[in-house]
Amino acid sequence: MSFRDSAEHRLAWLLCAPAVIAMLLVTAYPMLYSLWLSLFRYDLRFPDERQFVGLHNYITVLSAPTWWQSLFNTALITVGSVAVELVLGFIIALVMHRALVGRRTVRTAVLVPYGIITVVAAMSWRFAFDPTTGFVNGLLGLEGAWLADRWTAFAVIILTEIWKTTPFMALLLLGGLTLVPEDLLRAARVDGANAVQRFFRIVLPLMRPVIMVALLFRTLDAFRIFDTVFVLTRGAQGTEPVSVIGYNTLITRLNLGLGSAVSVLIFLCVLAIAALYIKGFGIDLSRREDD
Amino acid sequence: MAGTGSAGRMERLFWGVGSAIVVLYALIPVAWLLSLSLKPGADLGDRRFVPQAVSLEHYVAVFDDPQFPAALWNSAGIAGISTVAAVLLGMFAAYAIVRLQFPGRNLMLAAALSVAMFPPVSIIGPLFNLWRTLGLYDTWAGLILPYMTFTLPLAIWTLAAFFREIPWDLERAARVDGATPLQAFVHVIVPLAAPGVFTAAILVFMFAWNDFLFAISLTSTSDARTVPAAIAFFTGSSLFELPTGAIAAASVVVTVPVIIVVLLFQRRIVAGLTAGAVKG
Repeated sequence: MSFRDSAEHRLAWLLCAPAVIAMLLVTAYPMLYSLWLSLFRYDLRFPDERQFVGLHNYITVLSAPTWWQSLFNTALITVGSVAVELVLGFIIALVMHRALVGRRTVRTAVLVPYGIITVVAAMSWRFAFDPTTGFVNGLLGLEGAWLADRWTAFAVIILTEIWKTTPFMALLLLGGLTLVPEDLLRAARVDGANAVQRFFRIVLPLMRPVIMVALLFRTLDAFRIFDTVFVLTRGAQGTEPVSVIGYNTLITRLNLGLGSAVSVLIFLCVLAIAALYIKGFGIDLSRREDD
Repeated sequence: MAGTGSAGRMERLFWGVGSAIVVLYALIPVAWLLSLSLKPGADLGDRRFVPQAVSLEHYVAVFDDPQFPAALWNSAGIAGISTVAAVLLGMFAAYAIVRLQFPGRNLMLAAALSVAMFPPVSIIGPLFNLWRTLGLYDTWAGLILPYMTFTLPLAIWTLAAFFREIPWDLERAARVDGATPLQAFVHVIVPLAAPGVFTAAILVFMFAWNDFLFAISLTSTSDARTVPAAIAFFTGSSLFELPTGAIAAASVVVTVPVIIVVLLFQRRIVAGLTAGAVKG
């Protein structure tokens, strides 16, 4: 190794050090601390009764129906919103790609849901579906309280999530659409391929990497859902996702031991989802960085 | 846009109507909040989308109550400082990743990626406990640290994507023409890098401005409580009734800056969002 190389390495590490230290201190260290705390019976209301209990907290969480129900809720919200977002996101991306008039207006408009505070968006939908203030019931001639019933509450939660995050999906897909060579599409048209065939045989395969990355990020994001549910139902009517369980155990009930076990389990779920996408669907996240 | 010359009127109309629907889709909840915020208190229950009378009473109420102005100040300060810190650290790291050859390059990107995927709920317990011991609970610093960290991946990836496009050879050319390293950097590289840095800053600021989970877990009073937390916990005259008008007015107030930023920097935001994810 030449002197120049080692000086360059040193400079590089020096430049990266602050970011690395911040990430280690604020994510890796608390995560390990969470793992440690999860092995104790540790309730902040009774701090003196702290006691090593091994895997007991995990057994408690995993044998509680609440955990499995919340995992089901989270999966339902994730699959429901991401699936609709992919289809809707594609439609919006195509509109943004093809529209000639007002293209700028459309792109600006879709950034509003992306930029708006999630709590604010959830409040707007909450008021919209509220039986006394909301316009939705007035418009549809209904009287029901949407957020008071489990399945309609899920519908409102998923709708809110879709409204807020589809623009992100659409913009990523738009980025992918611009990479599809127009010549190829024109050639296919000349050869007699119709719009549907062109979409499924040319556009989709070419966009596969972009779609997979967008799906990965949105799936992980949806799995971590918290704000929307907190504002809409606070987890009532059996709509609690795993993040709300974690928050309630840790911050509301101050049970650090049990809550940390929930935290670690959520972390493992996220790890599993990422691994499934990256290994299972073959997303190569590093390739994009070496070009 | 190829193929548009032959596009028929029907096709044009089709995409035009599509555009209109997309714009409506994006703006209806915002319009709804604006409508609610302008309805006089007595009309809040009229279940109409368009207000029949207009009143500014909720805006007056929301600024009369000390909770909301305090939250605005906290949000602006905390998100602003987090943005400066994250973009600064992100710039150093992105420069190293793009410009220098070193063995940890891919490790750095992988670390950033794992933080981006990390579930914040997994660390609120330890942070809550640590912050209380360290005296960071319910302070600005207590929120700035997690915001800075969780936005670092976004900053590093966006900045690296932009830095990769900079023609760095221009710096050497300026040096050959007699500029000092500092002059070359300030007059050549900084103007080229500024748009990317600015874009990263917008995205980071939006993230910090939006956060709710850390805001409600690590704060308890108006000392550090930010806008999302304040809006979610607004208490009106009655404990049991949600102060709909006040929440709507506060929501409109914090959404206006978002709309202005989006109007001014639409192209940059789109470029920034897609920079990391779409390449290759």
